[in-house]
Amino acid sequence: MAEMTMIQAIHDAMRQEMERDERVIVLGEDVGKNGGVFRATDGLFEQFGEARVFDTPLAESGIIGTSIGLAANGFRPIAEIQFLGFVYQAMDQLAAQAARLRFRSAGRFTCPLVVRSPYGGGVRTPELHSDALEGLFAHSPGLKIVMPSNAYDAKGLFISAIRDEDPVLFLEPMKLYRAFRMEVPEEPYEIPLGKARVVKEGEDVTIISWGASVPLAAKIAEEMKGKVDIEVIDLRSLQPLDWDTIYSSVSKTGRVMIVHEAVKTNGFGAEIAALIGERALFSLSAPIVRITGYDTPYPVPSVEDDWLPNAARMIEGVQMLMRY
Amino acid sequence: MIDQNELRIEMVQLLDENGNGEEETLQSFSDDLLLTLYQWMRKARVIDERLLKMQRQGRIGTYAPFSGQEAAQIGSVLALDKEDWLFPSYREIAACLAHGMPLTQIFHYVRGHVLGGKTPDGLNIFPIQIIIGAQTLHATGCAWATKLKGERHVSVCYFGDGATSEGDFHEALNFAAVYQVPVIFFCQNNHYAISVPIQKQTASRTIAQKALAYGMKGVLVDGNDVLAVYKTTKEAVQMAREGKGPVLIEALTYRLGPHTTSDDPTKYRSEEEVERWKRTKDPLHRLRKLLEKRNIWTDAQEEAWVAQVNDEVTKAYEEAASVEAPSLADIFRYVYDEPSPLLYEQQQEVIRRNRVKEGK
Repeated sequence: MAEMTMIQAIHDAMRQEMERDERVIVLGEDVGKNGGVFRATDGLFEQFGEARVFDTPLAESGIIGTSIGLAANGFRPIAEIQFLGFVYQAMDQLAAQAARLRFRSAGRFTCPLVVRSPYGGGVRTPELHSDALEGLFAHSPGLKIVMPSNAYDAKGLFISAIRDEDPVLFLEPMKLYRAFRMEVPEEPYEIPLGKARVVKEGEDVTIISWGASVPLAAKIAEEMKGKVDIEVIDLRSLQPLDWDTIYSSVSKTGRVMIVHEAVKTNGFGAEIAALIGERALFSLSAPIVRITGYDTPYPVPSVEDDWLPNAARMIEGVQMLMRY
Repeated sequence: MIDQNELRIEMVQLLDENGNGEEETLQSFSDDLLLTLYQWMRKARVIDERLLKMQRQGRIGTYAPFSGQEAAQIGSVLALDKEDWLFPSYREIAACLAHGMPLTQIFHYVRGHVLGGKTPDGLNIFPIQIIIGAQTLHATGCAWATKLKGERHVSVCYFGDGATSEGDFHEALNFAAVYQVPVIFFCQNNHYAISVPIQKQTASRTIAQKALAYGMKGVLVDGNDVLAVYKTTKEAVQMAREGKGPVLIEALTYRLGPHTTSDDPTKYRSEEEVERWKRTKDPLHRLRKLLEKRNIWTDAQEEAWVAQVNDEVTKAYEEAASVEAPSLADIFRYVYDEPSPLLYEQQQEVIRRNRVKEGK
């Protein structure tokens, strides 16, 4: 075991999969010699050379679109979109082309592609670098969406994503890239997509979260220990979704708080709330609470901390649930 | 300062509108090749007319006819090897057929069967693209893969003049030239993107010249001259196979029919213009004239050939129509390799409803 940050774990997963499978290639802006703006692909160009690691022209649609052709013709590309906010430029290629290739060819062609992209707030970026856009893609059948919250999960989930036969959007919370280290096995391992993780067990309230918000949820649970017994669930992947884990927790606690950075209306939290309403309504003893970004564009750094889900908003949410 | 008016761009033409050309050049085309090209063009025309009629009869869905563009499609596809990759848009039914797509499969597509987009195994044809220009990037990526694997296949991407305005077209040509991948961008400039004429699509005098900006070779060819299209594509494919990079081919042609069966072209182009193209530039006429000069094709042969193709169309239609109607439950199999538990539940709901509907 080694102590790793999340970015090291992702790097480790890419390097090991490239060593294992020569069909795995890396492409994107600045991913070659520069090793990526976050150093996620550091050293891969030196190790695997210019026939496996490509500094592409600066064109998001081009990166995803050519990756589809590469994937359909035998490769397993890892395409980097430098920041998730830039993905709008590749919207058709991702949501209408990569997602639908298997479907529109009735299984003749497939698209085993991983699109990895940093996202998330709290790091004082310029505009359109911090947006959490998972909801857009959760609305696009054919894509899988994975959002790790720590180094151990990131490595195992990333390896599963590369080995998956379908396109996976792998969203990396950039605030957590180097936030903390944890034990990560040196050998490759898979964490199956579609399996949530119970971060901490509890009896009173269920906090459902993913990606950047998970460590915050865990912290709140710790802080409120003794007063409120909080269970924290890290979904890890939104598509496929692990409903069973949500259900058993909600059945137990009857109080649900959903936390995500993306804007509230039509965010993925709304889907979870709807599922609970459809399938577990009578387990609830309180209305569902959502702590999310507000329904505005992602704001400038001077006010982003108040915009994001934060400790104060979450504690208030838990207290509201406990009034019932 | 560079001025496009100083560029000399000549259109490749081997066979003029009267079936004449330089004797030596024409001699380089064997009788067999000429007959194959002609028979495929005639076959394509018959199929197109039948499909149009069937749409009017309600036997197939919305259809985008290609009559007038047979030389561009047949000439380019017959210049390829069977293993080469095709990236068609919705107007390239003729190209798909000539590359080996069974006619029954085309019927599955135009009849909206769940398996309509499924290219038979062993045939490298991407599903028909609806989003304008999106396939240009797939072709570039596919050709890139071919190059990385050290294979000799080329990818040929079809699109129209309208697609050259899309961002994906730009990105695809740029990537292709940067990585020097074996892809042929084959633009059928039929002068209209639905109703918008080429003059409103681009201020470039030609589409071919756009290649220069990407550092790749471009060529303008008479798209209604099947011999010129064949020879030009052969040369481009040869270069691409040899690792000399991508080529942009602009084939100047004309769509004689509507954009689709839902379109009324009288709203945006004159009857005279259409008549002029029909009368003087029909790609079938000029090759027919050459065949007659060589005494290798007669009216009787033509009649027999048309009858044979008509038969084929009827049989293919009947075969397609006799295939079991698809079930909504089938589509769930093609969303992911394995459906998620929630998707599986939805599929089970559909299966249950089907059982109820069938009274089981």
